[in-house]
Amino acid sequence: MSEKKIVLDARGITKQFPGVLANDLVDFDLREGEVHALLGENGAGKSTLMNVLYGLYKADSGEVKVNGENLILSSPRDAIYKGIGMVHQHFMLVPVFSVTENIMLGAETDHRATPNESPLVKLDRKEVAQKVKSLSQQYGLEVEPAAIVGDLPVGVQQRVEIVKALYRNANILILDEPTAVLTPQEADDLFRIVHELTTRGVSIVFITHKLKEVLAIADRITVMRGGKVVGTTTPQETDEHQLAAMMVGRDVILTVEKEVAHPADDVLLVEKLRVRDVRDIETVRGVSFTVRAGEILGIAGVQGNGQTELAEALTGLRRIEGGTIQLAEKNLTGKTPRIFTESGLAHIPEDRQRHGLVLGYTVADNMVLCDYYKAPFGVNGVLQQKALDENSRRLIQEYDVRTPSPYVSAGKLSGGNQQKVIVARELSRANVKLVVANQPTRGLDVGSIEYIHKEIIAMRDRGVAVLLISAELDEVMALSDRIAVMYHGEIVTTVDAKSVTREQLGLWMAGSKVQQPAA
Amino acid sequence: MDWRRFSFIGLIIVILFGVVVLIGGEQVSPLIIISSMLATTITVATPLTLGALSGIFCERAGVVNIGIEGMMLAAAFFGWLASIYMNTIFEFNAAISLTVGVVMAIVSGGIFALLHAWLSIAFKVDQIIGGTVINILAVGITGFLNRQLFFEKGSIFGGNVPHAPGLLPSLSKSLTFLCGGEQGCFGLPDLISGSVFDQKPVAISAIVLVAVSHYVLFNTRWGLRTRAVGEHPKAADTVGINVNRMRYINVVIGGMFAGLAGAYFTLESVPSFEPLMTNGRGFISLAAMIFGNWTPFGAWAAALVFGASQALQINLQFFRESIPPNWAFLQQSYVVGLAPYILTMLILTGIIGKTTPPAADGQPYEK
Ligand SMILES: Nc1ncnc2c1ncn2[C@@H]1O[C@H](COP(=O)(O)OP(=O)(O)OP(=O)(O)O)[C@@H](O)[C@H]1O
Ligand SMILES: [Mg+2]
Repeated sequence: MSEKKIVLDARGITKQFPGVLANDLVDFDLREGEVHALLGENGAGKSTLMNVLYGLYKADSGEVKVNGENLILSSPRDAIYKGIGMVHQHFMLVPVFSVTENIMLGAETDHRATPNESPLVKLDRKEVAQKVKSLSQQYGLEVEPAAIVGDLPVGVQQRVEIVKALYRNANILILDEPTAVLTPQEADDLFRIVHELTTRGVSIVFITHKLKEVLAIADRITVMRGGKVVGTTTPQETDEHQLAAMMVGRDVILTVEKEVAHPADDVLLVEKLRVRDVRDIETVRGVSFTVRAGEILGIAGVQGNGQTELAEALTGLRRIEGGTIQLAEKNLTGKTPRIFTESGLAHIPEDRQRHGLVLGYTVADNMVLCDYYKAPFGVNGVLQQKALDENSRRLIQEYDVRTPSPYVSAGKLSGGNQQKVIVARELSRANVKLVVANQPTRGLDVGSIEYIHKEIIAMRDRGVAVLLISAELDEVMALSDRIAVMYHGEIVTTVDAKSVTREQLGLWMAGSKVQQPAA
Repeated sequence: MDWRRFSFIGLIIVILFGVVVLIGGEQVSPLIIISSMLATTITVATPLTLGALSGIFCERAGVVNIGIEGMMLAAAFFGWLASIYMNTIFEFNAAISLTVGVVMAIVSGGIFALLHAWLSIAFKVDQIIGGTVINILAVGITGFLNRQLFFEKGSIFGGNVPHAPGLLPSLSKSLTFLCGGEQGCFGLPDLISGSVFDQKPVAISAIVLVAVSHYVLFNTRWGLRTRAVGEHPKAADTVGINVNRMRYINVVIGGMFAGLAGAYFTLESVPSFEPLMTNGRGFISLAAMIFGNWTPFGAWAAALVFGASQALQINLQFFRESIPPNWAFLQQSYVVGLAPYILTMLILTGIIGKTTPPAADGQPYEK
């Protein structure tokens, strides 16, 4: 087979941020119609490299060629014009706009962002909606042009992002951690779309932390570490272990090792809990369960079956319609989040940017968001900078948060490192009795996942109760001692994690009736 | 749009008008009362409407502008000054002098806005502080120049205020002409066309600009991009929109609206300038903008409420004698005088549901 032609070629890309060399003489190329996976630890510089290729960040040095032609990238407009499209790690959609408006933004009258018409041209929403419809049919990307983006689930928002790129005739598509926020079903859907696109000659850069995915869909794999390229390989020549080692620079244990649990008293007692979601629909419908000290209860379920609202109710973030919540023998029904936290709750929220961090605050401040008013961090209403400093330096070290200093704002960290700041804060707090972990390892690299899994199990062994909610069935199965299956706002069954198969769980999650009485 | 908001506004206006009709209806025909109140309402709402449009353009692009008050004041002064200069020193006729005055007002509003944009975009100064700077600066500059130019002995006007070239003319004549003769407009009786439509150029343009702004914001490329920049600047950046450029231009456009509002004070309402004459109108404009949920028509409706309460005040003074004894409190001029401000507070406390500002309002953009 002859070598396919190179459509995108970057040489010697260097990008310095204050205190971090995010890209250090990086070479990267992409061939026509291939899927080139980009792997690397959190903070390795993957998103930075892609943002440089997309014209959003200006590289300090290096050159980019598209179809053999030198490109000067001073704005994303230049990249779009050359057929480069990008779906960002944190989506770039205006929530209050409709799908059509989001897609036409910046390319209102012709498919590319040309500035040569009057700024007062009338928007032709109908025509664009028509084109969106036909694009979505052509590629099997179902989107409703008139829907408001903020109301859509993330999986659909992602389709909007892809259509947005295709609308601009992108033939080079960069997908930055597209599967991090998707359910396994949605991810399968995405792979189908990726395949469809490549057969039509679109070349794709695919960033992910999930090694199985990489091996399944990539034609070539490039691994980055510490801002440099470690090497390029193919799925045929490598395996998960080797990739993990390349990424992290050491051997990673990909399976979770844990002792048998020794559960003790009930810590969390939930009875007949009913909760409504933002659209005022009852999504948690009379749920009862307990989590005991020293055990991990996993909640398995297809996303959107009430897990989000359940977690919000259990942490005091959402008003409940009925039922009771008891934590460590205290009735917390209807109490504020502060009281939940003070009663021994630690919470790793699903959406790190909305509920986990204050993006404009420093890492050090974010690390005391729950405890800032208590000694040693706050004394008589005055923050103790020294205590904050020590605390953050210790956590940054322990949890391997890649940041130039504790005093950069959290929003400047890479996605995975933002997640680590939250996990570090929550798991390190004193007197934790219950951990509610919703997608705790979303967007983390394999090394960090290994560490956080170990940490969660260590907490269990110290007698903490853990409620784990995850869209990754593998994670739920590997960590949990018992698994509750949630379907349609109800817990259909609770089983012993050792005695259940993946297939059986999958069936229950899809709504098939439970036959035998469960453990 | 939001029908609850509009019916609430309609209700308030009906109540305000109703009070006057109840009191004065025996002396003067209700039709005359209503039409004259309508005319006052529209006139008084003019600077508020323009001020609110000014706020809408700035904030839809993501820049908070509490300097509208100052921009109006500065524009009122410089517009007036320009018209006097043209008239007295260069001896142009009134029409030309006044036109130059209006242009000058718009330009000076734009220049003050440019300063605000520069502070908040280039230097990322807190936008509330930036707006306050504008307000203080405007009070200082206009007060100082007013004294220096007109009341100092050796100054150019030699210590006395020269005659202003007059006021912008009413447009009712030309309107009646357009409708084809003496028989009243659109088949309405003459008295209505004579008073309700007896408006001057700035008042008319404010209404036209409401419609134009609505069209621009929601139906053109410019509007889509402006709103994107105010909601999610990074998303706008990733599709090739120059965020800061959009913000600069929109803030300056906003300033020009405030400038036109300034022209209302000294070139259309009264032919003179007094220090602090904008008297909080810029801030009430912001209330109208918020109440109108950052939409031109909503803000206009809110401005009309403030106008109507002003009309109530004027008319109650006129019918003072016939206020029934058990409503005697209405004779107290401060009671009615407070009405616009009490309405502002009621309206701002979110009496009819919550309003949502643009998501990135007030936040400087950093990549
Ligand atoms: N806008 C920014 N300002 C300052 N530093 C930044 C900025 N963006 C990224 N960085 C730094 O550059 C480094 C590389 O970040 P990048 O986002 O490229 O990592 P990544 O490989 O995408 O990681 P992840 O898998 O966690 O998303 C990090 O150390 C990060 O802190
Ligand atoms: Mg990234």
